[in-house]
Amino acid sequence: MTRYLKDLWYGWTTTWHSMWITIRHLFRPNKGYTIQYPTVKAPLPERARMRLFNRIEDCIGCGQCARACPTDCIDIQTEKRGKDEPPVFASDGTPIKLRTFVFDIDMTLCCYCALCTFPCPTHCLVMTKEYEYAVYDKRDHIYHFAVDKPRYASPAEKEQPAAKA
Amino acid sequence: MNLDYSGDIMTLNMGPQHPSMHGVLRLELKTDGEVVVEAIPHIGYLHRCFEKHAENIEYPGVVPFTDRMDYVAAMNMELGYVLAVEKLMGIQVNDRVRYIRIIMAELNRIASHLVAAGTYGLDLGSWTPFLHCFRDREKILDFFEETCGARLLYNYNWIGGLMFDLPEGLERRIIEFLDYFEPLVEDLNRLLSYNYIFIKRTASVGIIPPEVAVSYGITGPNLRGSGIKFDVRRNEPYLGYEEFDFEVPVGKGEFGPVGSCYDRYMVRIWEVLQSCRIIRQAIAKLPPGDVHATIPKRVKPPVGEVYMRTECPRGELGYYIVSDGTSKPYRVKVKSPCFTVMSGFREYSRGAMIADIVAIVGSVDIVLVELDR
Amino acid sequence: MESIRDLLELIPYTTALPVWVQAILPPAVSAVILFLFVAVLAMFAIWLERKVAAHMQDRLGPMYVGGWHGWAQSIADTIKLLLKEDIVPAAADKALFKAAPAIVFIPSFAAFVVLPFGISSIVADLNIGVLYLFAVASLTVVGILMAGWASNNKYSLFGGMRSAAQIVSYEIPAALSVMPVIIIVGSLSMQQIVRAQTGGIQNWFVFRNPFTFLAFFLYFICSLAEVNRTPFDIPEAESELVAGYHTEYSGMRFAFFFLAEYSNMFLVAGIATTLFLGGWSQVLPAQWVPKQLIPGPILFFLKALSLVFVQIWLRWTLPRLRVDQLMYLCWKVMLPLALVLVLGAGLLAVW
Repeated sequence: MTRYLKDLWYGWTTTWHSMWITIRHLFRPNKGYTIQYPTVKAPLPERARMRLFNRIEDCIGCGQCARACPTDCIDIQTEKRGKDEPPVFASDGTPIKLRTFVFDIDMTLCCYCALCTFPCPTHCLVMTKEYEYAVYDKRDHIYHFAVDKPRYASPAEKEQPAAKA
Repeated sequence: MNLDYSGDIMTLNMGPQHPSMHGVLRLELKTDGEVVVEAIPHIGYLHRCFEKHAENIEYPGVVPFTDRMDYVAAMNMELGYVLAVEKLMGIQVNDRVRYIRIIMAELNRIASHLVAAGTYGLDLGSWTPFLHCFRDREKILDFFEETCGARLLYNYNWIGGLMFDLPEGLERRIIEFLDYFEPLVEDLNRLLSYNYIFIKRTASVGIIPPEVAVSYGITGPNLRGSGIKFDVRRNEPYLGYEEFDFEVPVGKGEFGPVGSCYDRYMVRIWEVLQSCRIIRQAIAKLPPGDVHATIPKRVKPPVGEVYMRTECPRGELGYYIVSDGTSKPYRVKVKSPCFTVMSGFREYSRGAMIADIVAIVGSVDIVLVELDR
Repeated sequence: MESIRDLLELIPYTTALPVWVQAILPPAVSAVILFLFVAVLAMFAIWLERKVAAHMQDRLGPMYVGGWHGWAQSIADTIKLLLKEDIVPAAADKALFKAAPAIVFIPSFAAFVVLPFGISSIVADLNIGVLYLFAVASLTVVGILMAGWASNNKYSLFGGMRSAAQIVSYEIPAALSVMPVIIIVGSLSMQQIVRAQTGGIQNWFVFRNPFTFLAFFLYFICSLAEVNRTPFDIPEAESELVAGYHTEYSGMRFAFFFLAEYSNMFLVAGIATTLFLGGWSQVLPAQWVPKQLIPGPILFFLKALSLVFVQIWLRWTLPRLRVDQLMYLCWKVMLPLALVLVLGAGLLAVW
């Protein structure tokens, strides 16, 4: 009987304890835990890892990012620049010996691990703070960064002038 | 409870799409009215071939995949892998790396236990603790985002070092957070843990006796909930945990037999406070240093094999790595704490009611992604 | 209803209508008014619940729809629910499945008939008002059981069975806890019960004697169980039974279940107000303020809403009981206490 009454008393008091906490939260001025997202955006820290971006004019086409990527989301195709072409340099002075004519990043595959950005010798591949890039078509998530066209239409054609020279 | 039943047994499929199955666990319940005669867990809905993946990726590239095994405690998951590879390669990291790793792992342990406690309240029908827990967890995730740029899947621990050093002034803000957070644990206790209905729902439910816990290889808070004082951080220290002063809380069985859902839950709450202690000590002792100093240029471990176990929030996490001398692991095997807990589910859920099944699944705190890998 | 009849007589040419129309008009008009009242009330209660829950959880709740703190959120939700596809599961018992939401809603709507909103604002002041209330309110369980059975879903079935067991059990202590009041008043008419409490807060039955004081809390707890609110919401426990008896419902039928739940909440709060908190009577003692300053209906509304707030408050605080604990609470705690209260109140009345 005493246990029964003790249980009742314990149930009654702990219920009030819990209720006291919730009512305190109800009448507490809002401390701004919630961010009204589309109108207000949370400030992102300096190191935020969002969409990848490649400054293609600095890219030397070394392909280290593609090798580091655990999900193989970077596709790079390069060819040697011809001897007759004027030399090109990245902004930090590294000579660009390869012409990158395909630099595709498939953001649907990207796992945002940032492993690709660290080996980059010219620091041209970076993770930006851009995170709102939903699209209607999945294929729009493949970003084509390369601007150059290949000099030769196909590998076979490429070999021919090489043999001539 | 008397299990002599005479009526028909109804099979109730709980999950994989069920609000309280913590992912995609499917429980085949044989119910006799409200009483569950037998509960058979079916796993594998989230199998993503992590171990096979790891064989085809270079060593550093596996780290993001370990994050995705247990997204609630990714820091701890990658820590285990990284330590295993370092052990294989014989890399000695400097003190700063060690301490930052401990700070991050313990912060993530707090975050993970907050999720466990919050969702446990949710399983039992109490909504408010869940959001209070998530409110504080958000602050921890903010620290992680500041440190490494990601909120959930960090890839922060690298083989031989860390991705970044701590940002300016983060130590001070972590201490401020702890000052703010530690009193709130008492709030959570008064709101949920000491609530009579909560105690009634959990205190004599889902009892795992110590011998059953040991025989199934249950680890972590679930084992300690059964009253066995075993913590890898204490019994087989890694990363210099022996330098820290902390207690290993065990279930006391205050309101029922030892090893009940309540004990497992309370062990997590107490562990949160112990983690706070460890973080304070680590920040006080944080030495200067270069976190990139020991990162190898190419990760190519010698031929050999290694087993490394660490204490992740869900229990003992083991990585068994076989190297054939190339830059890709020959074999990576994960000893998952959730899997061992789930293996004994049939044993400790027998004779429970349907509402208790939910309470038991919540109390063992499984993450299905890690269970299925 | 008398006041509505008087109002209708003011409209010209009503006397020219056929006699049966004249007879049916006042009840029809009051039914429409009541329905609108219940619907608006339910929408308001849903909005209130969401805001209160949000702030208890350090959130904000609905903020966009309608501008000021999302006041139009539940209107938008209602419109959305009404426009949604009405899905009937292929294996369901179609007739029962379609009838269940109406059967759940109609009793809670019908029970509003005897709620005294003011001195003259009552649809029908039955001399068996309290009995009528309990009789009609217990019909809800039939609808819930129908919904649970007809859905042909095991979770729904569990929900329906739990709900039946729960409501049937809790009706006994709920009815018994009303007894002390009826013993004092000596009438089952709702208006008479309120009239016995006029003249200020000290005359309310909550503060009349210790037995009615406890009876108020007892009735309140039992009413929570009767309307399936936390901590007694096991029939629709979403972490166990997905959504209980309304798992398979969508669109308008789901809206009816929701409407019934929230109108039930207000109903039991209204009953508690009438029986224990003085209904439409004034708060301040008559010695100080002889005239009623606030109109009766508004006062009634405020009292009932504060009880609704307590229901919401409890829901967002407490975990849910288990089925056997629920039954334990009913039969081993509530029922003995209720019997003691009836006995005590009876002895007090005789003495």
